[in-house]
Amino acid sequence: MNLNLSVNGKLHAIEAPEEMPLLWAIRDVIGLTGTKFGCGVNQCGACSVLLNGQLTKSCSIPVSQAIEKEILTIEGTSKNLEFLRQAWSDGNVPQCGYCQSGQLIAATSLLDTTENPTDKDIDTVMSANICRCGTYTRIKKAIHQAVAIKNESI
Amino acid sequence: MSTIHKIDRRDFVKLLGLATGGIVLGCSIGTDEKNFIPTKDSKGFHPNLFIHLEKNGNITIIASRSEMGQGIRTSLASAIADELEADWKFISVKQAIGHEKYGNQNTDGSRSVRTQLTPMRKMGASAKMMLLAAAAKKWNVAIEDCSAKNHFILNKNTQESLFFGDLVAEASMVAVPSDESIQLKDVKDFKFIGKTLKSVDLKDFTHGTAAYGMDIRLPNMKFAAIARCPVAFGTLKKFNKRYAEEVTGVETVFELPRIIPPTGKFFGMFGGMVVIAKNTWAAFQGKTNLDIEWNPGANASFDSETFKKTLTSRVHSTGKLVPGGHGNVTAAFEVAAKLIEATYHVPFLAHSPMEVPNATAWFQGNTIEVWAPVQDPQTARSELSHFFEIPEENITINVTFLGGGFGRKSKSDFVVEAVAISKKIKAPVQVVWTREDDIQHDFYHATSAQYLKGSLNRKGEVTGWLQRVGFPSIVSSFKPFSEYASGFELNQGFTNNPYLLENFRLENVQAEANVRIGWMRSVVHIHSGFGINSFIDELAFVAKKDPIKFHLDLLGEDRITNGDSAFPFYSKRLKNVLNKTATAAGWGKKLPKNHGLGVAIHYSFYSYVATIVEVSVLNKKVKVENIWTTIDCGLALNKDNIKNQLEGAAIFGMSIALYGKISMEEGAVAQNNFYDYQMTRMQDAPNIHINIVDAMKEPPTGVGEPGVPVIAPAICNAIFNATGERVRSLPLSDLGMV
Ligand code: FES
Ligand code: FES
Repeated sequence: MNLNLSVNGKLHAIEAPEEMPLLWAIRDVIGLTGTKFGCGVNQCGACSVLLNGQLTKSCSIPVSQAIEKEILTIEGTSKNLEFLRQAWSDGNVPQCGYCQSGQLIAATSLLDTTENPTDKDIDTVMSANICRCGTYTRIKKAIHQAVAIKNESI
Repeated sequence: MSTIHKIDRRDFVKLLGLATGGIVLGCSIGTDEKNFIPTKDSKGFHPNLFIHLEKNGNITIIASRSEMGQGIRTSLASAIADELEADWKFISVKQAIGHEKYGNQNTDGSRSVRTQLTPMRKMGASAKMMLLAAAAKKWNVAIEDCSAKNHFILNKNTQESLFFGDLVAEASMVAVPSDESIQLKDVKDFKFIGKTLKSVDLKDFTHGTAAYGMDIRLPNMKFAAIARCPVAFGTLKKFNKRYAEEVTGVETVFELPRIIPPTGKFFGMFGGMVVIAKNTWAAFQGKTNLDIEWNPGANASFDSETFKKTLTSRVHSTGKLVPGGHGNVTAAFEVAAKLIEATYHVPFLAHSPMEVPNATAWFQGNTIEVWAPVQDPQTARSELSHFFEIPEENITINVTFLGGGFGRKSKSDFVVEAVAISKKIKAPVQVVWTREDDIQHDFYHATSAQYLKGSLNRKGEVTGWLQRVGFPSIVSSFKPFSEYASGFELNQGFTNNPYLLENFRLENVQAEANVRIGWMRSVVHIHSGFGINSFIDELAFVAKKDPIKFHLDLLGEDRITNGDSAFPFYSKRLKNVLNKTATAAGWGKKLPKNHGLGVAIHYSFYSYVATIVEVSVLNKKVKVENIWTTIDCGLALNKDNIKNQLEGAAIFGMSIALYGKISMEEGAVAQNNFYDYQMTRMQDAPNIHINIVDAMKEPPTGVGEPGVPVIAPAICNAIFNATGERVRSLPLSDLGMV
């Protein structure tokens, strides 16, 4: 079917079966490859995007559910995402880097909903994202750091 | 010998993808020991390391290594930048393509840093000397009156300075300094080496712009998924492709015959049924809809639980004697005050890097071009040349970013698949594995059984040590029916046991392979590290001694083994990391209720590692609270990267200890995806404290792998400390402990 997807503020008119998972519409049809495939079954978070601000595993919802909603991917930007990027760089977080798109999007959602997340809050949200390289300690630190950067900037 | 040359040939510069103009220096390095792959034309100059200085001051380093998460690109760049006195912001790194001209590109075995450090430093130093000479000529002063600092050459007499970029034209006329004349900096003057440097790829990693294998897009590229027989080496019996072809986006479905590798080398591929589609999802859907009947073949009845029992009974009776033992254990056992026995198990494990195996290929009659996340592009290229009968010079392997490798991506079966399919459909194609494919068709880390028997005298000292080990050999993937471990495998912690043992006997038992076996991050050290450290802890307990003191005593007097090799073993350095870790962890301190500490040490990839783990155990559930690891890896090239690697190794080791288990039933792998092959997650992650020993005068040794083998035994020893219960068979999830 023909449908319109709004990704990072830009409208894309695409043709895709409505049951195609959003992940593959973003990667293979629109051609934005920053959103990653890791498991396809809602287990690893590599495919995380924000759908109208809501943290979503794009591998596990059909593209039809994203119509008329605003999609934020790692290629996009938001205030919190920028604070996180800064903290990620300061902390030299990534190793292979593959999971980090999903980690950053999940962390953005965490900061969007929780002003000053505790370790426990971080565990709750970020445990949906696997990092096989094991950068968890740095991710946790970087999230706290992003909050600090944010507070300084106000 | 590594000689540095100026590269003037324009075609070469173009091949490297560099802008013309500026200086290109290349050098050809002979790598260490076994791993040197000689270039065909031994007389010709085949550089494999390059730096390019441009007029705008930019310095590009062409690294002949796959990235795979070790930050190696950054480490090697730091060596050049340091000697060159460059400003870090002008440095960028490019990945060389897999071409013989660039030398051996295998990243396995933590040896990259080891073999390339000095040549890298010399490259930087040569470039600096050329810039100095150019400046001296311009100012008409002696070279000694000039010095380099932060991308400028300074005139000591006049305090004038010249920007590197402005000297490039003149410097390119200067002869390359001879090897003897190259002076390297003193350790204490390092600016980047041994310091905290950020990855050169951070911007791409945080914006989703790093191109991994799966991110390659070519015009008219097709996507392919492959259904492979659930039982290793099974074949296709019959199939119905109708429902697959009905999927929107699916174009064709066909059979892909297996490619059997020749004995002794290469990996070949399984073959199966291929679905070609317009996008990845349609290919996956088509694959799901295939109706296939397989001939499972010889491995149809393989059951990993039964195999565990078989291996156990084999290690419980005499095996094949492994050379290298000494003394007489039988005699020692006869007069022992105490005899202790234990049997340990590690299951099969899958690598499961976050990025599944995938490759993009374009077969065009007499050339092949590949874009893939490969750890060993060189072997991939030889393999393709062999199977598709295309000369190697007509094959280009573009190494993309790797979303993790851990050894999986040095086996290029997925590249062979992509090329075979592209050849058949006459179009560029990207083969993508599903996570299920990855978990069910890996080159598995072997399962193992070990039996240990030790004797103590009245003073609680070890008098005899018998160890029997059995695990399917990696060699079986190259030579069918290899049923005993090879020497290089046993030399990963078993034969080179670091303790001073008076009576020591090692035996190896038969272990046939019924799945593909491969090497995974730290390889056989996972077994040796687990068995030996667990057993020492048991001995210490029976001897009523503190485990750390027990390790130290058993390491004996300071001594050097393999003194004539490039990397001798110093027992002192192993003791040192152990002592440092004990201090860091506060060994001996009073612990909260239900908490326990466990220790393990291991020597691998020439690095010395000790780890202490603190666990808490509540209602039989284990939580890892803290991990302290100390490494002595010689010259620590990029400390923050080493720290990152060791933190990662702790998490990787935790996945092995807590969850890692692949099992086979009726020949097929029982696990599917991350819900039943679980990984350590954020909620499991402990506080990790890494300590790097300052051994700047020693040559650099491995950092990617040595942090892994210590984790599982230290966790199990900590559990014993907390509960009095021994875990001898991994993983904890099997025992309901997580
Ligand atoms: S790919 Fe979507 S959760 Fe793993
Ligand atoms: S950085 Fe490699 S998987 Fe997270």
